[in-house]
Amino acid sequence: MELLPVFQWLEATAVGTTIRESLWLFPMIQCGHLLGLALLGGTVLVGDLRLLGWGLRGEPVETLAGKLQPWMVGALGVTVGTGILMFLSEALKCYYSPPFWYKMGMLVLATGFAFTLRRRALGTRWGRVTAIVSMGLWLGVGFAGRWIAFY
Amino acid sequence: MNLLPFFEWLEGTAGSVAIRESTLLYPFIETSHVLTLCLFLGMIAMLDLRLIGVGLRGVPVSDVAGRLLPWALGGFVLMAISGMLLFYSGPVRASGNVFFRIKMVMIGLTGINALLFHFTIYKRVADWDGDATPPWRARLAGICSLVLWCMVVICGRMQAYNWFDKVKG
Repeated sequence: MELLPVFQWLEATAVGTTIRESLWLFPMIQCGHLLGLALLGGTVLVGDLRLLGWGLRGEPVETLAGKLQPWMVGALGVTVGTGILMFLSEALKCYYSPPFWYKMGMLVLATGFAFTLRRRALGTRWGRVTAIVSMGLWLGVGFAGRWIAFY
Repeated sequence: MNLLPFFEWLEGTAGSVAIRESTLLYPFIETSHVLTLCLFLGMIAMLDLRLIGVGLRGVPVSDVAGRLLPWALGGFVLMAISGMLLFYSGPVRASGNVFFRIKMVMIGLTGINALLFHFTIYKRVADWDGDATPPWRARLAGICSLVLWCMVVICGRMQAYNWFDKVKG
């Protein structure tokens, strides 16, 4: 399937055009994206550190994971929502940006992992491995994401 | 006191030029700055949410503070180092940028807020450690911290835009 026409169409949508032509909108959305990212990072790290036996080790793993879950989902919602808006405003640039594609791949893996294997690993002997994989994937998402601006 | 001559000298040093003109070093430092922000602000946000009484309810406040703040501190050190390197790569423009100046003031205020919290209401944390909703002074400290750090992030991001620069760079 040829994706380029889809990206061209996305860039031409009213939302994409409005953001692109506004002076303030893109920077403001970026700020929201960063703040969502910080919260997402916090919820992921507190959970993963616990799986490694660090951080909030006074709490049972499952209880802590349950308390972090709504904040993680909320933070992911903000980050993905603002991310889609930024993408719409520069879909063509993203199409030609290698870091964008790496990021999307890592994002699918990281979210998929967070809501499947990471959940199942809670309280098992796979906890430590799970934490390291989780942190590695999210680090990859963040790293590749920042590089969309450069390449 | 006019610091501009000092910043002009700083901008001309070999290290500053090297970072500024590098292909990979500058993006690497900037990426480190963003990623360590997740470590630092992520941890701070979890503590603030607990102080406000909306997140991690049921976990003792002293546990959240005692076990997460060392990580936040580590994140802060890395963030400060990468931030200083970013500043070092272009001190003339950064120091004149209004968002940078607001950001520095905000960081100072977060420090005052943290000190006030630690030396007043947190001294008596044993009295309210397990409360799902901490006393109002602790909640206020949490709200102030969150708001101030959000402003730091926003100013930091806006600093990259040259709308108000005297010299467009």
